[in-house]
Amino acid sequence: MSERAIELEVLRYNPETDREPAFQRYAITCREEWVVLDALNHIKENVDPTLSYRWSCHMAVCGSCGMMINGEPKLACKAFLREYTGVIRVEPLRHFPVERDLVTVIDDFMEKLKRVRPYLMPKDVKALEAGEYRQTPAQLNRFKQYSMCINCMLCYAACPEYGLIPKYIGPAAIALAHRWNQDSRDGGRAARQPEIAATEGAWECSFVGACSEVCPEHVDPAGAIQQVKIKSTVDWYQEHLMPWLKK
Amino acid sequence: MGHYRALVETIQTDVAIIGAGGAGLRAAIALAQADPALRIALISKVYPMRSHTCAAEGGAAGVIKPDDSLEHHFNDTVGGGDWLCDQDAVDYLVQEAPKELIQLEHWGCPWSREPNGTVAVRPFGGMKKQRTWFAADKSGFHILHTLFQTSLQFDAIRRFDEYYVTDLLVDGGRCRGLVAIEMRSGQMRCFDARAVIIAGGGAGRMFPFTTNGAIKTGDGMALAYRAGVPLKDMEFVQYHPTGLPSTGTLLTEACRGEGGVLRNKDGRRFLQDYDMGPETPLGHPVFKTMELGPRDRVSQAFWHEQKKGNMVPTQWGDAMLLDMRHLGEKTINERLPLVRDMSISYMGVDPVTDPVPVRPVVHYMMGGIHTDIKAATPLPGLFAAGECACVSINGANRLGSNSLTELLVFGRRAALSAMEYVRGGAPAAGEAALAALAGAAQGRVRELMRKTGGTETVAGLRKEMMHTMEQHAGIYRSGEGLTAACATLADLRSRYGGIELHDKTNVYNTDLLQALELGSMLECAEAVAQSALARRESRGAHQRLDFAARDDDKYLRHSLAYYGAAQTPRVDYCDVVITRSKPGVRDYSGGHE
Repeated sequence: MSERAIELEVLRYNPETDREPAFQRYAITCREEWVVLDALNHIKENVDPTLSYRWSCHMAVCGSCGMMINGEPKLACKAFLREYTGVIRVEPLRHFPVERDLVTVIDDFMEKLKRVRPYLMPKDVKALEAGEYRQTPAQLNRFKQYSMCINCMLCYAACPEYGLIPKYIGPAAIALAHRWNQDSRDGGRAARQPEIAATEGAWECSFVGACSEVCPEHVDPAGAIQQVKIKSTVDWYQEHLMPWLKK
Repeated sequence: MGHYRALVETIQTDVAIIGAGGAGLRAAIALAQADPALRIALISKVYPMRSHTCAAEGGAAGVIKPDDSLEHHFNDTVGGGDWLCDQDAVDYLVQEAPKELIQLEHWGCPWSREPNGTVAVRPFGGMKKQRTWFAADKSGFHILHTLFQTSLQFDAIRRFDEYYVTDLLVDGGRCRGLVAIEMRSGQMRCFDARAVIIAGGGAGRMFPFTTNGAIKTGDGMALAYRAGVPLKDMEFVQYHPTGLPSTGTLLTEACRGEGGVLRNKDGRRFLQDYDMGPETPLGHPVFKTMELGPRDRVSQAFWHEQKKGNMVPTQWGDAMLLDMRHLGEKTINERLPLVRDMSISYMGVDPVTDPVPVRPVVHYMMGGIHTDIKAATPLPGLFAAGECACVSINGANRLGSNSLTELLVFGRRAALSAMEYVRGGAPAAGEAALAALAGAAQGRVRELMRKTGGTETVAGLRKEMMHTMEQHAGIYRSGEGLTAACATLADLRSRYGGIELHDKTNVYNTDLLQALELGSMLECAEAVAQSALARRESRGAHQRLDFAARDDDKYLRHSLAYYGAAQTPRVDYCDVVITRSKPGVRDYSGGHE
């Protein structure tokens, strides 16, 4: 079993005891197949029990362990040590307030997610006894990709607009709104539109595309945002230039 | 520093739910829909979408196709559970299952579909028909997110994310609320609740090699247990046959449902040598035999094959080979995309071109908090659902895809029962009594925080517990090994008092959190070991080398482990509800249909 020595430089901050965040270095021996999360767990168990971070599934589906690794937003459970040389720098996700060490405050995202109304507003109400809505594989494919969002918030850490304008609803929330808009069973687009097509909605995006690049689930929020823009442009034309087309 | 902040606030609520995974969310929605005026507190140590329901892959069982029937689902479940299931509970499960799965569909769950737009189903181990609803191989993830996002429309649901519940408050023989630590501030809060539902998940983290996420530390089970509610059938721990040897990451049973096969080092499909043959044609899986045998039997076959030296050595120990190559890239990408991704990421093996090494891994607790068919525990005002509960529909061995269904059906059931209890005039708790109880609970946490001079560490005790469980409470057990395990666990529980925390600060203190979680796990582990030692027979997932046969005369009964504080837990028994299926032979030889 091959092992090697590595060094991690982890940003530490405890609001009760520290005036400001500071890096702490840990030198450990790691196994070849480890991910950064394994290294953090090793430190927590054997070196420094005070280190705080979130994690659970270790399989890139619970979305807990997003952090900046060498300046890039990553899931620590999918950041393989073999892909890094030299000191590995680990910091809390950018653009979020730090609660403690690698733990960030995510209230902003939770509030925005709720605001886009990410649930089915049925186009046709159907009783349970009437069975399932029919939805073909092709209809499913129109939104499936956007439903894969694990709420890890790497896209917010990658998004320069969100860094500048914290009011911006941001990639994941827009992608999820779009997911419901694209669902053949849903009739709630008009209700979601005020949030996602507003000034702090999709139009804030300058299409850098960083969100899609860092997404561990290939959700492509940038694509969703552009589609929202196109659709709301069509809405605008229909409303202002061709009002007879409405309905 | 060094002080744990004072209890400041009491939150008044009608129903408090502990755990915001599948069962907790389903319960919360059921309550909010039934009565928007109800005050619901949904309390979880993690944000809802981090709950371990997200890791379930294969799907949820519910009869939907014309060639299937509720009776088939009932029989598969009861036989699969080696007749230790309560048959009235199984009847309720199979009858409610299709409704719950359609309800999820109506909430927008992206179930995989047939070309005509109806919901698609796939075969699963131990099931006679295709009845597993799935969303590719991320079924649990989609169920969890559908429930979570749906829950956002109900203002009656007040969430308390990242609150760790330390104690239930029991006064006058009723559960009247709970005490929790808000992780963000370290503040302790008291919840005055007329009813409490525990939906806290399993306890797989007692073992070192598990599919379970870090959060699955048996906290919900331990809360009920410490409050005097027995833990039922704790000796039944499910090993899932196919985990990645490096990390324990689950490769869903759907790999085999879709036609994947298991081979030993010589390429032989060895399950045929363990009463699960004859061999079925490659690419044409046959229900309830070979690779579609139940999890207990397949994991046990691995154990025997390993003893014979027929397994493939890897740097992480012996493995068998999960061969999916014949399914082809298109099917694997469409039906098992996560499996492919994880095999490549964590093992460096692409299932399209190579067989993937796998080995049995701790996956699920069949046992849990003792409840009746209405999800009520013996403690008035306390209800439980999901993996933390034992209702019992899983008996001695759960069939894959019954647990996602269970958390929906009994999550809702717990909500209805709790509401009925609240409406029935559950007496309000006396303020003074609650304050005294909450103060005592806070005192215990404060003591753990402050204590100095201890020589034990959380990580050290945890490692010893895991090692003991793996060594003595695994796929095959013996009286000698279990006796040793019980002694070690009792010792660990007493040494737990010697822990000194390194971190004595308030904000997001994971040293404290892990100490409390370790306390929960040690209590669950002792219940597992004591119940396993007491059950001198082999049934389902509980296999004793020294008592190799099933013994219906003595042990067609549920075990009940009662908390003994500093003493050894007491193990008692209660009857299994048998309505129409008499214990028979579990036949997975393929020739029985």
